Amino acid sequence: MLNFHKSDQAPLVSLNNAGIRRNGRWLVRGVEFSISRGEIVTLIGPNGSGKSTTAKAAIGVLKPDEGWVEKLPGLKVGYVPQKLSIDWTLPLTVERLMTLTGPLKGREVEEAMHSTGIAHLARAEVQHLSGGEFQRALLARAIARKPDLLVLDEPVQGVDFSGEIALYDLIKTIRNRTGCGILLISHDLHVVMAETDTVICLNGHVCCRGTPQMVSQSPEYLKLFGSRAAKSLAVYSHDHDHTHLPDGRVLHTDGSITEHCHPGDGHHHGDHAHDDHATDDHVHGPDCGCGYKSRLQGYDTKESGRV
Amino acid sequence: MFDDFFTRALIAGIGLAITVGPLGCFVIWRRMAYFGDTMAHSALLGVALSLLLDLNLMLSVFIVAAAVSLLLLLLQKRGALSTDALLGILSHSSLSIGLVIVAFMTWVRIDLVGFLFGDILAVSEADVDLVWGGGILVLAAIVYLWRPLLASTVNPELAEAEGLQPERARLYFMLLMALVIAIAMKIVGILLITSLLIIPAATARRFATSPEIMAVLASVLGALAVTGGLFGSLHFDTPSGPSIVVAAMALFVLSLLPFGRNKQAETAIHSTHGGHH
Repeated sequence: MLNFHKSDQAPLVSLNNAGIRRNGRWLVRGVEFSISRGEIVTLIGPNGSGKSTTAKAAIGVLKPDEGWVEKLPGLKVGYVPQKLSIDWTLPLTVERLMTLTGPLKGREVEEAMHSTGIAHLARAEVQHLSGGEFQRALLARAIARKPDLLVLDEPVQGVDFSGEIALYDLIKTIRNRTGCGILLISHDLHVVMAETDTVICLNGHVCCRGTPQMVSQSPEYLKLFGSRAAKSLAVYSHDHDHTHLPDGRVLHTDGSITEHCHPGDGHHHGDHAHDDHATDDHVHGPDCGCGYKSRLQGYDTKESGRV
Repeated sequence: MFDDFFTRALIAGIGLAITVGPLGCFVIWRRMAYFGDTMAHSALLGVALSLLLDLNLMLSVFIVAAAVSLLLLLLQKRGALSTDALLGILSHSSLSIGLVIVAFMTWVRIDLVGFLFGDILAVSEADVDLVWGGGILVLAAIVYLWRPLLASTVNPELAEAEGLQPERARLYFMLLMALVIAIAMKIVGILLITSLLIIPAATARRFATSPEIMAVLASVLGALAVTGGLFGSLHFDTPSGPSIVVAAMALFVLSLLPFGRNKQAETAIHSTHGGHH
């Protein structure tokens, strides 16, 4: 292990004061971060905050107009772009998609398809897949080539909620097993942050950064995402104490089931059971009138309506 | 059994069809049908310049078509107008400039119809050699460029992120198109080149289960169309270029009929959608 120590220390890719400018406007500026082996870096931020742009700069698709980007020589990247549409006229099966950018052994292809749960779709044409299946196929393709750096631009879009958690688990497993670095872009705050080493909150520039906990408490973050986020943040810092059921209800580790999960209801780690009635005198429902649920729902539909 | 000119036409036509098959697939996948048209139309400017400057015809057509595609790349980079508007401008400007130059050259009489519709029955042995020589060159280049071309067709950023060079592949693709148009002009003519690119490839889509199979099928179907068209033109005494296109179209119409569907494609659809046929 010691022999690898030095190369482990060198970041796979690092952005130094990087800025991208289009049509006289800075899409993103002053971005500084690096990704090392085994590290998960998550970019979060509102729409148009430069998340995808930053990711593209990191992998060399966009050249920075300011600052510079350093990549480890010979860095092997696996990329899942945010948008990808394949023309109907192109006959492409899931299996063929796997070897799109480079040859692979049959075993590697099978492994990747198995781990993402799409092995049964190997012979299906990609245009026939549902949004969630297609995202899995893209993820399988990216991991099949055993990259040093995995760049995932909203990899769970169109995936249903339990599938989403399974995919995030898979991403974590990939990191633990292969030790690759992962750059994750997400609008989906609560699930991501649990496994992330560094969160970078973007809004045209780096707003704040740190561990999920640090970012969740930073005033810049709260300003950017508003008080709604403050509530949903508590959800993701408690990520492993509950499971989301297919019907949208939440199963907590204490065995109880609630309509939704929010802090201070007594089901989460670190909650004091006796606080729970003091801060929360009713169970929030669609018509409880306090606005909590509708705020959350409004937020969810706005950000995850894209398929 | 056949006259020499007919055999030559058949060999040249089949060679051309095999060459354009894979290129035609990319034209369809990349939605570049209008780009093929534009390059073909610019060929007339190439003809005019070859007469004006006393250049080799094919070389001149190749240079003009390549120049037009480079110009397109430059204009696209500026990003002021959409690609189809730019293509419309380039296509008809180059065609018209060609016609105007021809009109100025009162000392030459050229057979415009010959260039617009081609004359495959007039190909010489040298032409046949050129078609096959150029064809083998183009096909070798396509095989060599296959992966970067296909990957950047799916998504150029993905291709670039994963170490392929989509820009370079695209440039080479345009040069290959220019070369094929220069070669094909004499055989099917400026107006019909695009149809030989597109129709066999579109027909092949129905039966193909992979990009590679589609490329090979497009070549085979193109060769069938050339053979059918030429025999048809011999039998019915119709112009050869348009007859080839009509034969290609007939094959396409046949492919639309609801039988003979590829087994593999069928099962693939069934396995994902529980069968809806």
